[in-house]
Formats: sequence, structure tokens, C-alpha cells
Amino acid sequence: MITIYIDNQPHQIREGQNLLAACLSLGFDLPYFCWHPAMHSVGACRQCAVKQFKDENDQRGKIVMACMTPATEGVRISIDDPEARAFRSTVIEWLMVNHPHDCPVCDEGGECHLQDMTVMTGHNYRRFRFKKRTHVNQNLGPFVNHEMNRCIQCYRCVRFYRDYAGGLDFNVFGAHDSVYFGRQTSGILEGEFSGNLVEVCPTGVFTDKTFKKHYTRKWDLATAPSVCIHCSVGCNIIIGARYGRIRRVLNRFNSQINGYFICDRGRYGYEHILSEKRLHGSRIRENGGHKELRTNEEILRHLTPLIDGKRFIGVGSPRATLESNFALQTLVGTENFFHGVPDRDHALVERVISITKMDPTLTPSLDQVKNCDAILILGEDISETAPMLALAVRRAVMDEPRRHLAPKYQLPLWQDQALQEVTQNKPGPLFLATIGKTRLDNLATHRLSAHPEELSHFGFALAHAIDPAAPDAGETSAEMESCVKSIKEALLAARNPLLISGTGLGHAALIEAAANIARALRHQGKNAYLDFVLPHCNSMGLGLLGGRPLSHALEMVSQVDGIIILENEISRSFSSSRTNQFLGAAKTIINLDIMQTPTSDIATLSIPVASYAESEGTLVNQEGRAQRFYRVVPENPNLRESWSWLVEMMALIKNQPERLGKTPHEITTKLAQVNPIFAPLLSLVSWGSETQKIPRESHRASGRTAMTADISVHEPKPADDPGSPLAFSMEGCHGDVPGNLLPRYWSPGWNSVQSLAKFQDEVGGPLRQENPGRRLFESTGNPIKNYFAVSEKIKKNNHGRWQVVPLYHVFGSDELSAAGAAISERIPDPYIAISAKDAAQLNLLENSRIRLIADREQFERPVKIISSLPAGLVGVPMGLPGMPYVEPGTIVDLIAIPDHRDNEK
Amino acid sequence: MAAVITKPLTQHIRPDREPLDIKAYEYAGGYQAARKALAMSPLDVQKVVGDSGLRGRGGAGFPTGMKWSFVPMGPDAPRPKFLLANADEMEPGTFKDRLLLEGVPHLLIEGMLISAYAIQAEIAYVFLRREYYQSARVLLRAIAEAEQANYLGKNILGTPFSLELRLHQSAGRYICGEETGLINSLSGRRSTPRAKPPFPQFVGLLGKPTIVNNVESLCCIPGIMQYGPEWFKSLGLTKDAGTKLYGISGRALRTGLWELPMGTPLREILEDHAGGMQPGYTLRGLLPGGASTDFMLPEHLDTPMDFDAVQEAGSRLGTGTMILLDDHTCPVGFVHNLIQFFARESCGWCTPCREGLPWVEKILQAIETGCGESADLTVLEDHCRLLGPGYTYCPLAPGAMEPLQSALKYFKQDFVRHIEEKKCPWSQA
Repeated sequence: MITIYIDNQPHQIREGQNLLAACLSLGFDLPYFCWHPAMHSVGACRQCAVKQFKDENDQRGKIVMACMTPATEGVRISIDDPEARAFRSTVIEWLMVNHPHDCPVCDEGGECHLQDMTVMTGHNYRRFRFKKRTHVNQNLGPFVNHEMNRCIQCYRCVRFYRDYAGGLDFNVFGAHDSVYFGRQTSGILEGEFSGNLVEVCPTGVFTDKTFKKHYTRKWDLATAPSVCIHCSVGCNIIIGARYGRIRRVLNRFNSQINGYFICDRGRYGYEHILSEKRLHGSRIRENGGHKELRTNEEILRHLTPLIDGKRFIGVGSPRATLESNFALQTLVGTENFFHGVPDRDHALVERVISITKMDPTLTPSLDQVKNCDAILILGEDISETAPMLALAVRRAVMDEPRRHLAPKYQLPLWQDQALQEVTQNKPGPLFLATIGKTRLDNLATHRLSAHPEELSHFGFALAHAIDPAAPDAGETSAEMESCVKSIKEALLAARNPLLISGTGLGHAALIEAAANIARALRHQGKNAYLDFVLPHCNSMGLGLLGGRPLSHALEMVSQVDGIIILENEISRSFSSSRTNQFLGAAKTIINLDIMQTPTSDIATLSIPVASYAESEGTLVNQEGRAQRFYRVVPENPNLRESWSWLVEMMALIKNQPERLGKTPHEITTKLAQVNPIFAPLLSLVSWGSETQKIPRESHRASGRTAMTADISVHEPKPADDPGSPLAFSMEGCHGDVPGNLLPRYWSPGWNSVQSLAKFQDEVGGPLRQENPGRRLFESTGNPIKNYFAVSEKIKKNNHGRWQVVPLYHVFGSDELSAAGAAISERIPDPYIAISAKDAAQLNLLENSRIRLIADREQFERPVKIISSLPAGLVGVPMGLPGMPYVEPGTIVDLIAIPDHRDNEK
Repeated sequence: MAAVITKPLTQHIRPDREPLDIKAYEYAGGYQAARKALAMSPLDVQKVVGDSGLRGRGGAGFPTGMKWSFVPMGPDAPRPKFLLANADEMEPGTFKDRLLLEGVPHLLIEGMLISAYAIQAEIAYVFLRREYYQSARVLLRAIAEAEQANYLGKNILGTPFSLELRLHQSAGRYICGEETGLINSLSGRRSTPRAKPPFPQFVGLLGKPTIVNNVESLCCIPGIMQYGPEWFKSLGLTKDAGTKLYGISGRALRTGLWELPMGTPLREILEDHAGGMQPGYTLRGLLPGGASTDFMLPEHLDTPMDFDAVQEAGSRLGTGTMILLDDHTCPVGFVHNLIQFFARESCGWCTPCREGLPWVEKILQAIETGCGESADLTVLEDHCRLLGPGYTYCPLAPGAMEPLQSALKYFKQDFVRHIEEKKCPWSQA
């Protein structure tokens, strides 16, 4: 700790910061624009000017930019100095010269950093009397609205999009007072992190285009802390709603996971809740038709004869909460509880769980990923399956040279531009071993593109090379041998090497190979990490609950009275023929889901349930971190949470022993009691006070007494939320609450998301009283000594047939987000991908049609030629709307379909 | 021989003929200095230049030898190191480097060879102003000749030293002439200046040690090497060493450019060399060193034109090329013209420069066209203060404010007259 003097008062701070960060951490209101806690200092905006004095006798001092000045021992500054104040006020005056002053019609109004800073500096009288310069806006696609006239040229957008997130289709153009931030030409922003511009922009240049469709001021949004459900990373989000309608998603800071940013799938995926495919009414199949069931009583009346005294099997879901899955498991019994995922995924998740359980210290948080200094990605295309992990990898790789060059050049780590010069933006060690190209390729030190079997073979060989005690993979090609050698050296030269793999390729040997490499590195004394990407937001949670593979349900279905399907679309786990076989054999299908699906269409009884924004529950992310999310809107009696219906069913089945509980809190507690692995959940749901809850509504929420005045002038009682730490109210605990329970970031004078700093002891650091989720696996303290045996040999020749490899898309592969209006605009059309070599052999051009013939499935789609794909593989996009499920690894035939257009000519 | 060389920069320049080719240049004694330097150790060369008291001729007057001394030397120094000749002469009123580039290109090449050797740079660039097509033509021919003669290229003159010299024609923005803006521009980025530290001597072009020197500074080097630091010091009339290219534009009888001893009094330059003012014109003031220096007044005519004396007179020597303000020219229009240039040439990185200069420009235009308001003067004065050094990211805006702040000091009455009379008193209408 060092002492600095601010306006003659001593303050203790941590060494190595700049003055702006230090002042903000100490709670001072010092205005700024171009600085960002994750992107650091560049000194462009000149807003954070303070006066620095040489010593206590220096009366004159000189103006310095706080963000560019190191906070060193004994440094003396004045924030309050009249000259510094006047300059800061003038900076706002300059920034306002061309600003349109259109706050009343600007989406940023009320949560605008520029508004806040303007008020903070005291500038209020306009002296500029000439014309403003104006710009033409661009259509940047479905996510981000562009209004360049509001721009104050802080350069944060371009620094985030290009420098931080590695995007290329966005830049700064022009010079002098006509600087333009946008694309070279109007068009869709291609990067999967573009939505962060909305939060990075200090004013209303970039705003949320989906929010615009149902806009509400920030102070009128009821908000609640939530967790993203669109991949297994488990980023934290804030969901906002008004009049019971979900309006937008913002990033929610979690120091261990997503920090300041989220991906576009997470930000815009919420729109599935508003989609036409959303189920609203229950219906039962009767006499060959459908009958709408309007009330809960009516549903219960029809439910009773369906389940009373009957034997059901249950299909659980990796996208439903622990609580709902647990309720179903309890309802049908563990032996009748099946995981609604492909068998292959089920097995892979179990494998990942067993590896993670054996040595949980291997698994990194996303924050730890950012500090790894050599990374090997084995098989998983993380840019598509876990974008925020890919962003963490990008940061790790870009920051690695900074970390070792900064001390050499005596530069602080916050000197962003200088460090870019020093490192010349050369990435640190990153090795990619995947089937084809990925969006991290431009950072890769070395990349290997090969068949899944070759990739696992390579992995085993690498583990053996690192630790000879690891099993030998056998013969390796000379090319791979040299690859193994160089990667081995890089991983051994690192302090925190990281292995990333996942279930994406559906290939168990890859996971075992990755585990062997990480364990071999640990044996060599490295603080190695091992991270697996899983298929869904709660794959880990479902796996930990236990249950049987779905194919076993196929065998059982004809022997029972029916199936209860929890938030699951069967055709995403089974081929079309098996789906038909399974659902066809069921005497009764009770389907609980958010969205209309082919399964809900044929269900005997289809009951719509609450979405994540409308429920409270627990998800376990890929690292085994359990996180709680909370409902944003009060329970809708027609859209109850799945567990609530399942508990209702338990009561209807007479021989069920006891009710699980009436609130999510009670269900979670029950789960923690009956299943020891979930015991840590108790700490996650404990909240001291039923009376002093955290209000979901801001203290400025308007219309409370008017909203329902057309029905009654008596203000209704706020909805209850028993067990939850949050209240549907404007009143309650506005003060210091645990960081992870903050429903919004707001502090007096700080209305924008920048107010987050007010909830951290040190800007950029953890939130005060943060509970960043609970890791469920406790370290045993015994590092794992044993290795997986090499499980398969490379089988090269498929004799003129093709092996299916799954391909993923940020926009499209995730079931729920794909139903959102904005994201659906970004989903590629269905296709079948083959290598350039195979295309030539089959005499196929891009977009010619091709038929894929598997044992249980055949379909025709346009061809996409991927030159980086190894020959002999056929890429099938997973989960894309309009694509059937084909099991990875299946050997299929491909037949070129003659081009009809040619024939017509 | 040393005693007779009084114009080391321009001695070989004749306005009526093509520049000396390499043969003629060598015949006139060219490249002897380079031969001499290559036989010395690099640090000794640095010392000679340091001892000579040479101060940078680009405007800031930073001692060249000291600048070089920061470059990491020895076997562990990062490689490659770069030497950049700043030939992006875009300061309004300044045309001194052009004379050297077009008149004696081999002098620059020789100076660059010696300088590159002194800092052990293996790659050098001439960063040339876009509009200097003639200079480019002359330079390219000279570079080819020097390569042919092994003054450039591998193992120069049989020594282990190698130097590659390339010409880069700028994209044509004033800010590209700022040391770090130039480096960014050369590496293909936006020509936004960089914050210092790190200084280019450590982290310059492509992250490597880099020295940026002005063309005139580099052209002083061969003479210093050949005749020694004492000779160079003896050239100056005051404590600043060497000769200086002084220029005059405006309503003088003979505008032009002269190589004179450093510290030549302003009156001598104006009256003896430029022949005084044109008949009917009276001098009201002058910018001593390009558009980004403060006005000097007729009362300052006895100032010796060196770095310190001009500073004492409240201005800067700058590039030493003067612009005269006469009594037939409106000082407001004069300053407006300059500010228009600087506002347009702001890179747009930092707020005060990007937003402040166009505002100043608009106000000056309003005043000049009779639309000024008395409150405008307050805004102008605020800008003179708040666009000063330390407030902005680089020296562009502070430089731009120098003619304005001194105009407001010396010619305030003219500003007031514009506002009160609601027209420009000099305008014919």
C-alpha cells in the first residue's frame, strides 16, 4: 500500500494504479470518458484532468490527466482545484458543441454517462453559437442502433470492438472534428460481441435495437439479477421488464466469470420469450382435436386422470433449472428419470463430471482463463459454442506478452496504447487443434486441422511427450510429431498452461486426451488448467443429478403409461425416425415447455411454463459453479415454473410421500438435503431478512399508482416472492447488498452502467460482498495420478463414405436464443459442409444440393464448401433450425443432386 | 579549409541547375564525412554531434546528440533500430527543408548515413511531404546513386555496417509531421500522436528504438563530422551553434531563404537579406518560425534569431521561416487563415484540439465577416489558455494558439474594431 494525497488528505491505495482508477476506487467523483476499467487508459478525452503538485510547497501545480498519471507514493493532486474544475467543465462544453441535445428522444437518456458527467462538471450554459456538424447513420444489423450525431469521440467503441474483442468490421474514420465510428459501409456488424457497444458507449450512439421495439426508461424497468441460459459458461446478466413484459438484457458484473461483457447470444437471446413460438395456453388432445384449457383448475381436472395411479417416465432437460429437474426426478423416481440429451452428450458430460470431480483445482474460472499464459484448444470451436470463453482466451493471449514486456519497459499495465506498441499486438502462445477454421485462427501460434480421431491421437501423444508415464498413443506422423514437440515446449515454458476441450465434437477420446495433457502438465509441476465446454447452460447440473441415457427411455416407453417431458425438444436428441418411434410409442405425453416445439404439438397435454426471466432457480455452469437467478416479473398463474407443476402432479399421485416445497427456495433446500453434492447450494439461497428485501424497482419507478387505475383506483398489493431476497417493490434495502444480488447499478450522480464502480472496493475488482456462485466440487487435496488409456486407433479410410462432424453457430445452434427475432436474422441457412477436395470429387459447387444418407436419417441441403475441413468429413450444423439431429461420428453417404435450374434452361 | 566553409548546408546549391549528382558531390568533398564517421565508433560519433551543440531544426530545438544518447546501444539492444528523416514539411510558411531536399539530396543521405551509424540503425526512412514531388524525384535518384556507390546497402564501404534507406511519401496531413504521429503513420495506422513515455528512442516504429530528426538537422551532421564540433560552434553568432536556414515570406522586397549564422539578428535578415518591406508597406509584426509561433513586433527586430533569444522575446525560433504581417493585411484574417489550417489538420484524438480549434476558427471567421460579438473575445482567450501545453494530447493545438494569443495581446484593438464596426476594417466592401 502507498499513500497519495488528494486535496491535501492522505489516502492509502494499492500500488500500480493510475490516478483516475485510484480516485474512483476511493469513491471520488472524477469524470472520465475514454478510460474503461477493462480497457484502461489512452488519455484521449482529457476529461479526468486534475492538478498535480510537486510537493506540499508547490502552489502552482500543473494540469495532468489522472488516467495517464501513475499513482505513486506521495503523489499530491487536487481534484477540487479551480483550474482543474474549469478545464473539466470546458471539456464537456467542447463535447457538447456538436452533441444534438436530444436526450428526451434518446434511448440512453436516464442512463447516460455523458449526462452524468455533464452534471458532475457543472457545465450548463451553451456559448457555442454556430452550426453543429452532422453525420449519416448506418444500419448495423438487428442488434445495434447507430446515431452518430450523438458521438463524443471517446474512442471506446473502436477500442472495444477491435482492440479488445478482435473485430475487424468496425473502425474509426475521418479526422479533425469529423471523426466517424462505424463500418466502412452500412451493414451488419459481424462480431458476436457487438452488443457490448451499447454499454461501452458513454452516450446514445450505440443503443440496443431490440430494446427500442419496447422501450422503457431505465428507472422504470424492474430488474433482477439473472444468469444467461444460452451456453454453459453461465455469464451473469440483468434482465429488465415493465408491465410484465421482458424488455432487455444487460451485462451483470461477475469478477469470476464475465466481468464487464457478454456475447450477443446472451444479450439478445431473451427475445425468445417474446417470440410467436412462445406457448401461452395449455391444451389437451381430445377426440382427435385440441382443447384449450383456460384455468389452472381446468388443467388439474384434466391432469388428474392422466397421471393418477399411472407409471410415468420423465425426460429432464439441460436447459431447465436444477429445481425443475429435481422435481421431475423426484416425481418419476431416479430409475425413470432420463436425460433429454443425445446419449453421446450424456456420456461425455458424465466423463467431464468425473474428471472435474477428481481434481476440481484443474478447472479455471473465466477470470483465471484470462491469466493463462499458454493455451491449447483441443477440438472445441469455442468461438461458436462458448463465445465469452473465446473472448477470455483472446484476452489471455493478447495480454500474455504485455505481462512480461511491461516490467521490462517499466510501463504500467494500464498504459494501453504504449503496451500495444511494445507488444506490437503480437499474441502469446495459442495452439488450436480443431477440425476446421475457427475465429481464433488469427491469434494462433500454430494450428492443426484434422479428423476428430487424429486430434485425440495428437492429444494422447502430447500428454505422453510431456510425461512419459502417460500412455503412448503409438505411431504418429512426422508432421504431428513436430507439432507435439513445439506445443509441448510452449506449454512447459508457461506457468499457467490451459487446456480447453469440450463436448462439441461428441468425441470422448478428445476429453480424455485433454485430461491426460492437463494431468501430465500438473505432474511436471505446472499450475495447469483444464476447461471443458458443455452443450447447455445446465448440462453440468443435470449430469450431477443423475439419470439415465435417453435411448433407455426408448426401450421403456412402451412399458409405462406415459412420459413427462420437461423443457425439451426430443428431435434435438434423436434422429427423426427415433423421435417418431419414441413419441409414437408413448400412451400419454405431458409436455412442459416455454416454446412451441414439434413435441409440444403432439403432446397429450401441453402446459406452458415460465421462462428464465419469469422464474427463480439454480444452474450449474461448465466449471461446476452453481448460480442462482431470480425472476424479474411476478409469477404469472398461467405461466408457472415447471417445478411448480411437477410438485402439483406429485400431490395428485396419491402415493407420493410428501410435497417438495412451495417456493424455489424450499425446493433448492430440499435438493441440498437429499443430494450431498448439492449441499453447498444452501449458502447460495440463504438470505437473512424477509422484511428488508432488495427492491426490483428503482426508487424512481413511475406509474405505480396509475398503472392499474383503469381497473381500480386502489393500488394493488405488491406480488409476493417468498424465500427470494428480492421484492416486487420500490421499497426495501437500497443500501449495501451482496454484489451478486444487485438488480441494477445506480448511485447518486451515476445513472449509467458506469456506476458499477460504486459497488466495487477497487474499480475492476470484485463487487462488495460478491458471491460469484458456488463451486460444487471441493478439492480432495490429492492430485490425480492416473491417466486415461488410449482408447482408439485412427481409422482413416471410410471407404468412400463420410464421417459426420458437428459444426456450431453462435446464432442458430442454441435452441432458445434462435427463436429470438433479432438473432433469427443472423442464423445461417441450413447446409451440409464438405471439404474442397471432396467437393471437387463429387463435382459440387457452393450451394449445389446434396443428400446426406445415414442409417436412420436422410435429408437434402445446399452444400457449403469449407476449404479448411479435412477430406472425408461432412459438417452438419448442430441445432440449426431446419436441421435434423445426426449423431457425430456417424458414417454416411453423400449423393449430389442434379441442379434443376440448369435443366430448366 | 574549415575556416572558409560558412554555408555548409547550401554551399552546393545553385538555383539555376540540377542538384549535384553523386560524382559531383563526391568531387566537392561529399561523403568524406561519412567515411570519417564509419571509421569511428558509433558512440564517438554521438559524442561529436553532442559536443557540437546542434539543436533540432524542426522547431523544438532539442539537442540532437542528447536525443541520440537515449537509444539503447550494444549487442542486447532491440533490433532493428530505425532512423527517420522528418521531411513532412507542412508548417504554413515553411519551405526550408524543400530547398535542401531538392538542392542537395546527397547531403541528407550522407547525414542520415552518419546518424544511422551513430545509433546503429539498420533501416532508415525519409518521410516526405506528399506534395514534394520534385523532392521525391531527386531523392529517389540520389538514393539509387548512393546504393550504387555502396554508401547505402550491405556492408557500406567495406565496414560491417549496413543501412537500407527508403522513401515514404506521406498521405498528406500536418499531424504526420509530429514525431509520434509520423511513426504511427509510417506503420500504417492513423496518424494519432502517442503518449510519452515510452519515448520513440525505446519504443518507436514497430515497437523498436527509433530516432526522428528533421531534414535540416540531418544535413548539419556531415559538416560537423568533417570539420568538428568546434568549427560548428564557431559558425553561430550566439551560444547556439551552426548555421540556420532563415526564410521570409510576406510583403518584403525580396522574399526567400538564406543560410546565415545561427543568431543572426532579425533586422539583418529582414533589412539586408530581404531588402526590407515593399514600398508602401509597414511591418506590424511577424511570426518568426512558422505558423505555430507567437508574433514578434517591430520592437523585437534586434533580437538575435536563436532559440533562447527568440524565447525571451516571447516567441519561438521554430523553423526560422518568418511570415510578415504588414499594415495592409488584416491580423484577424491572417490568424483565421492559420487557425483554419490547424483546425482542419487536427487528428481528432483529443477533445480540446478536435472541438476547440473548429470553434476558434468559426469565431474568427465570424469576427472577420462582421458577425463577431464581444463575448467572442472571452471564448478566444479561454481557448488560448485551455488549449495550452499539458491540456492537450500533443503540441498541435498549443502551437496553433501561439499566433492567436499573441495577436490578442498585440492587436486586440483590431479585433475589437471588427466587432464594433461589424466589418473588417481592411475589407474593400
